[in-house]
Amino acid sequence: MEQSSHIKVKDLNVYYGQNHVLKNINIEIPNNQITAIIGPSGCGKTTLLKCFNRLIESVDGVRVTGEVLVGGENIYDPKAEVTHIRKKMGLLSQRPFPLPMSIYDNIAYGPKIHGERNKKELDRIVEHYLKEASLWEEVKDRLKTPAGSLSIGQQQRLCLARGLAVEPDIILGDEPTSALDPQSSRHIEQKFIELKEKYSIVFVTHILRQAKRIADYLIFIHMGEIIECGPTKEILENPKEKKTQDYVLGIIS
Amino acid sequence: MIFNRVLKDKIAGKTMLFLTILACSSLLLIFAGLIFKSLPVIEKSSFSELLFSSKWHPLKGEFGMLPFISSTLWVTGVSIIIAVPLCILSAIYLSEYAHKRILQLIFPIIDILAGIPSVIFGVWGLILIVPIFGYSILSGGIVLAVMIVPVVIHVMIEVIKTVPSELRDASLSLGATKWQTIKFVVVKKALPGIIAGIVLGLSRAFGETMAVLMVVGNVVKIPHSVMDAGYPLPALIANNYGEMMSIPMYDSALMLSALILFIIIVVFNVFSRLILIRIERNVGYNS
Repeated sequence: MEQSSHIKVKDLNVYYGQNHVLKNINIEIPNNQITAIIGPSGCGKTTLLKCFNRLIESVDGVRVTGEVLVGGENIYDPKAEVTHIRKKMGLLSQRPFPLPMSIYDNIAYGPKIHGERNKKELDRIVEHYLKEASLWEEVKDRLKTPAGSLSIGQQQRLCLARGLAVEPDIILGDEPTSALDPQSSRHIEQKFIELKEKYSIVFVTHILRQAKRIADYLIFIHMGEIIECGPTKEILENPKEKKTQDYVLGIIS
Repeated sequence: MIFNRVLKDKIAGKTMLFLTILACSSLLLIFAGLIFKSLPVIEKSSFSELLFSSKWHPLKGEFGMLPFISSTLWVTGVSIIIAVPLCILSAIYLSEYAHKRILQLIFPIIDILAGIPSVIFGVWGLILIVPIFGYSILSGGIVLAVMIVPVVIHVMIEVIKTVPSELRDASLSLGATKWQTIKFVVVKKALPGIIAGIVLGLSRAFGETMAVLMVVGNVVKIPHSVMDAGYPLPALIANNYGEMMSIPMYDSALMLSALILFIIIVVFNVFSRLILIRIERNVGYNS
């Protein structure tokens, strides 16, 4: 039996007060691929991403209708339990936000809140995921120092490791390289390509070239609507819709 | 023309510098004045006698301050023990859980409370608290707690608001509950500010005179429980200055008590500054 996709969105609508920011979104996110959500500023890219793990709810005056199915479960079901949903997804935000604690505790935080108490196991987890995010060699001698002392690029990899440590199925990125220097950006992009073997990755970007470099699948949003979606190559080389063509050519941005 | 503008700029800068120095130097002036005025009593009796004796017999020339010092510490301690948990939890509720409208409604109320003259709190204590707990340290502590709560809550809410929402999102997205996020991330990030708020409350509690004086009993005796009456330093000064001046050394002794109060507050502030620096270094707030 073919595995169904991790994230499926049905008739999703989001309102900020009177503002209708996402309109009738229907989409399936392919498994073990990198999906990029692209579109002009303010089109609702980040809103859509935040719907996937219900972080959208911390915005004041927001209303969400429709369904988002994660692993077959509607996460907007009133009975759904939100911490268990969020555990399935690691989030990388625009700027890295290390928790106000040591490097070690940043990684151990997730496993700890989910009940892991064994010191040896925590040590193993920390080492494993720091290696997974290619940060281990740089920080192994100063695990107890505050995470804030790392460079921004290192912090973003720390945040990646922190997200991976709760063993999610999906990685969400909200313009995860926009605050990074080119080298650190490439580092994260490279990581994404390596990680798609094990995870489904969805990220928002406003850099079309970045989407072209690493994404397998594109979702183009304009004014809160999905205009077009499909394999990256198809969308970029043969856009069917006029708006997509304009965006790809840099006419709307 | 240009010269004129530059000159004005320089004068403005220098004037403000001068005024700032003037304002700050009042601290030193007060300190020097208090030392100068309390010298006579210090010269007459030994320091240890003044600080650690509980013999307060002005007519015999004995000025042991221990009852007053310990009353001050007791009352302030009780008020802080009552106020701090209350403040932290309400500040967390108001900034993290409460609907925006509730915050908009409650915030002005808190500020009004902070501006009420202390005599009114004293009267309120006399009518409501003293009938229950008598003239005691506990009554003083409760009245004091009610007085400092609004100030401290105000500071704490402002501090918690400065914690970036992305930091909360980071914790929530790992599957932490709201309470876990608050406990391990928000409070931790806001800790220096929370401590600063507590210190502000402490400083105010140490020096608060009127309201405490009205409910604490003013009995010269070292208190042994919160139900005992006490006689804090500010009450001593307010009650007696200008009244008992015919007794030799009395005014000097009162100045010494003011000096002690002054030193206690300065030491607490310096101490808390040091703690803050330590915390900031440990947690790493440079991000």
